[in-house]
Amino acid sequence: MASSDSAFEFEYSPAPEARSVVDIKPSYGLFVNGEFVDGHGHSFKTISPSTEEVLAEIAEADDADVDAAVKAARRAYTRVWSKMSGAERGKYLFRIARILQERAREFAVLESIDNGKPIRESRDVDVPLAAAHFFYYAGWADKLQYAGLGSDPQPLGVAGQVIPWNFPLLMLAWKIAPALACGNTVVLKPAETTPLTALLFAEVCQQADLPPGVVNILTGAGETGRALVSHPDVDKVAFTGSTDVGRAIAKSVAGSHKKVTLELGGKAANIVFDDAPVDQAVEGIVNGIFFNQGHVCCAGSRLLVQESVAEDVLDRLKRRMSTLRMGDPLDKNTDIGAINSGEQLKRIRELSEVGDAEGAERWEVACDLPTKGYWFPPTIFTGVTQAHRIAREEIFGPVLSVITFRTPKEAVEKANNTPYGLSAGIWSDKGSRILWMASQLRAGVVWSNTFNRFDPASPFGGYKESGYGREGGRHGLEGYLKVSGL
Amino acid sequence: MSTRLDVKKTYKLYIGGAFPRSESGRSYVVNDAKGKFLANASQASRKDARDAVKAARSAFGGWSARTAYNRGQVVYRIAEVLEGRRDQFEAELRSSEGVTAARARTYVDAAVDRLVWYAGWADKIAQVTGSANAVAGPYFNHSAPEPTGVVAIVAPAGPLLGLVSVVAPVITTGNTCVVIASEPHPLTAITLGEVMATSDLPGGVVNMLTGSVAEIAPWLASHMDVNGLDLTGVTDPDLARTLEEAAADNLKRVRRAGAEDLLAVPGLDRMTTFLETKTVWHPMGI
Amino acid sequence: MTTLKATAPSPGSTTFTQETSSDAALRRFLHGLPGVDQVGAEQRAASLGTRSIKTDSKRRAIDLAIRMVDLTTLEGMDTPGKVRALAAKAMRPDPADPTCPATAAVCVYPDMVAVAKETLGSSGVHVASVATAFPSGRAALDIKLADVRDAVEAGADEIDMVIDRGAFLAGHYLEVFEEIVAVREACARPDGSAAHLKVIFETGELQTYDNVRRVSWLAMMAGAHFIKTSTGKVQPAATLPVTLVMLEAVRDFLETTGQQVGVKPAGGIRSSKDAIKYLVMVNEVAGPGWLDPDWFRFGASTLLNDLLMQRTKMTTGRYSGPDYFTLD
Repeated sequence: MASSDSAFEFEYSPAPEARSVVDIKPSYGLFVNGEFVDGHGHSFKTISPSTEEVLAEIAEADDADVDAAVKAARRAYTRVWSKMSGAERGKYLFRIARILQERAREFAVLESIDNGKPIRESRDVDVPLAAAHFFYYAGWADKLQYAGLGSDPQPLGVAGQVIPWNFPLLMLAWKIAPALACGNTVVLKPAETTPLTALLFAEVCQQADLPPGVVNILTGAGETGRALVSHPDVDKVAFTGSTDVGRAIAKSVAGSHKKVTLELGGKAANIVFDDAPVDQAVEGIVNGIFFNQGHVCCAGSRLLVQESVAEDVLDRLKRRMSTLRMGDPLDKNTDIGAINSGEQLKRIRELSEVGDAEGAERWEVACDLPTKGYWFPPTIFTGVTQAHRIAREEIFGPVLSVITFRTPKEAVEKANNTPYGLSAGIWSDKGSRILWMASQLRAGVVWSNTFNRFDPASPFGGYKESGYGREGGRHGLEGYLKVSGL
Repeated sequence: MSTRLDVKKTYKLYIGGAFPRSESGRSYVVNDAKGKFLANASQASRKDARDAVKAARSAFGGWSARTAYNRGQVVYRIAEVLEGRRDQFEAELRSSEGVTAARARTYVDAAVDRLVWYAGWADKIAQVTGSANAVAGPYFNHSAPEPTGVVAIVAPAGPLLGLVSVVAPVITTGNTCVVIASEPHPLTAITLGEVMATSDLPGGVVNMLTGSVAEIAPWLASHMDVNGLDLTGVTDPDLARTLEEAAADNLKRVRRAGAEDLLAVPGLDRMTTFLETKTVWHPMGI
Repeated sequence: MTTLKATAPSPGSTTFTQETSSDAALRRFLHGLPGVDQVGAEQRAASLGTRSIKTDSKRRAIDLAIRMVDLTTLEGMDTPGKVRALAAKAMRPDPADPTCPATAAVCVYPDMVAVAKETLGSSGVHVASVATAFPSGRAALDIKLADVRDAVEAGADEIDMVIDRGAFLAGHYLEVFEEIVAVREACARPDGSAAHLKVIFETGELQTYDNVRRVSWLAMMAGAHFIKTSTGKVQPAATLPVTLVMLEAVRDFLETTGQQVGVKPAGGIRSSKDAIKYLVMVNEVAGPGWLDPDWFRFGASTLLNDLLMQRTKMTTGRYSGPDYFTLD
């Protein structure tokens, strides 16, 4: 590599986003019936995963709290929300969307502090998409007769919603917006490691003058979630999280009247053909697995690269990975933030060691890991085959398993050879091949020459053990309306 | 002690995002419901109409290329600004049409809500009118709506709700328009133009002409760079027929006048009349 | 006098004899290069533009950017007076601050080279001359070559040629290639040295990124020392994504051949913020080896004053105004 006499080392000075825009209270209660109330479970702490500092004390909702919240949601449904015209419901959602836009900076900073993701992502992806989701579904509230679900589709009633820690505010928007647009009221439980933006969202509901009880936020962990989804007066259960918990929920609602939608894990294949626009494909691979530190259910965690170009693609990939910047989530130049929790970090490390043990070759970006906080460098494993655990199990971290293939049919076979079916990526310059591959892949979301693109108008959800039901688009309404005689 | 003298507004046209006078220099008297002088409205000429079409055409490329989400946000913003200035509009409706305060409030409510309704359609119309088509062969086949282009609109007499009801469906899907405002009640159209000019709506997407329908409409109906014609406000059936005949020269998409209850929730046809459907085929194969 | 590196490829480089043996062969090679996805490329460029460069790194980047400017005047109404003023500014951009570095070069029409040369003396600021019937390139080959020789004889250190876009878009790749080779030869001086050759693509006319990738390779194979986006006379001129594709091309070319080629975006870069975005892109796409005026230039005129204003703000802490900088 050529160099000049006075080589310019372009060090990016720290560019921190000001933390002062957020006001984190020392402790938070539950948001029930339009106001903050005490919880009666064992309160717990939420920490910043990049520094391990304690951010706030969070209430735990016990069974009685869950019951009170469901009752509040039911009252609001019966007396207010189900009587309100769609147009009026829609206007509340438009207000919420606008307030999220107004307070965007505050939400982005808070999300990065609580979750560990880079401010650039929370600022440019999470918060704008959350606002857009409310904006999109606001417009459906008075147009349900056009959704292809009947001439006057009715809501289900009270929805119990449990969301994960990887996109806290965005997952909240994905759940609450369609539920409310369709005329349901909700009780939502954010993940125990990332409650803060949900609690700030409660303030937005107040600012929007949302009738009390339409949205209720209960913080807590597994127990609270279980109590919520099994509450007899919940008509609809919506869950995003691990396949294991999803299975348990599906079992628990069996035989009941509850409608359920699940958005679970994935082990997506990102398929790169020999005629891929290679520089953009490398970006897509990086984005597919390192965006959000790989804490993405639809992450492109398996790279299926055509054998004839594997070496070139991997060289380019490694070179590109070397420019990734891992560090303080609030630094605007950070690309890769912290792992969300000690528990998750442990799991990523364990599975990576399994990868080593099974004979795959590990390559990671050389970087100094801070002493505090939970960090894992972007890592790739080559020499992986379908038989390896790291090719089958969801790691949910910045770890890519690289597998080769020879022909399109072989790529399809390997891509589909998994109990999961959430997403897939196809990289090729040939349109017919892209469309053929898309028609063959058993995945609910297929990205061609792009990856990890989300839009409120675009339905999202999985095949097989990645769950059922769709969120986003016209299809996202179905989960919140009575569409059969049942 | 002397009373304070009002600074009265001059009503001009709204073309290309600006407020020019008619190039003809003409105006016509607008009286209030009691026959008292309200203002001199600008009387648009055929050259103003020609300039308005140019502005609308110029704005079409950018407006139709924006994301549907963005267009929806802009139309919603028009609703926000209108709501914020509702007192002014209520006062104008009371004075120009002589309606009661309660009625005026109803009209302004309905106009704002109508804008919100259409704003929400921007990113959904494709999901409702588009389709994936199961053709008999290894082809990906997909139909989607696209805006037709520049639409000329003769607005109905009702100066606010009527105006919003004909303009919003046209622009939310990406068309641009030239509107001949209600002839007896033209002032509200220009005030609405002010709302639009301050709502992030690009200049030229909506152009408002005030003046004689009988004089201006034929020029728009026969204009070869206008793609659609909405005759809602044409009450004279002979004129309506003549205009539709003139429109046939370049096969404009025409929406005929008809009785309708403006206060009722509209259907889709005000949008679909000015949408084209594009169907794309693509083989699927390795 | 010239400090440009001598690692650029020799004319008609032997590594590509087969590919350039015929038009068809050259087409097969160029069309066999990987495609560029427009949406993906533009997103990457935009994402690089979100880098936040502050304080010390910003200060150093601004100084580097100044040192990379080819201060340009290419107007029909250029006079010796105008060119003298420009050259004086290039040597001493900030009259109030002698620590401000000089620009890399001035860029003028061939008949102004002598005036520029005289003014610049031994300052180290180069004289770049446009040539080959700039900006259109629409003239007979012998006229275009004479244009080049005139400029070289007048003392130009660097030649910024334009390719024949008509020939390129008509698919006559070999013709475009051979013209660049001929111009490269015309850059030779009697003493055995040669002016350095920048090849302007006029990317605004080529339109697609695939074309930009292909023409980048074509020019490098033909012996370009630098590849350059635009004449500045056609919109769009330089853009971040176009420059991204060119940076990828020079990176790949170095890996394939061991030869380094420079990149010059020109036209439409007006603010320091823009300039810093380009430097970030150079850093992360091609690599630090290109962060030097020998390998990266900005073709600009108004950019310089904005760089000077930003530089002054970083030193004084106050926003500056145009009164404090020279107009020329």
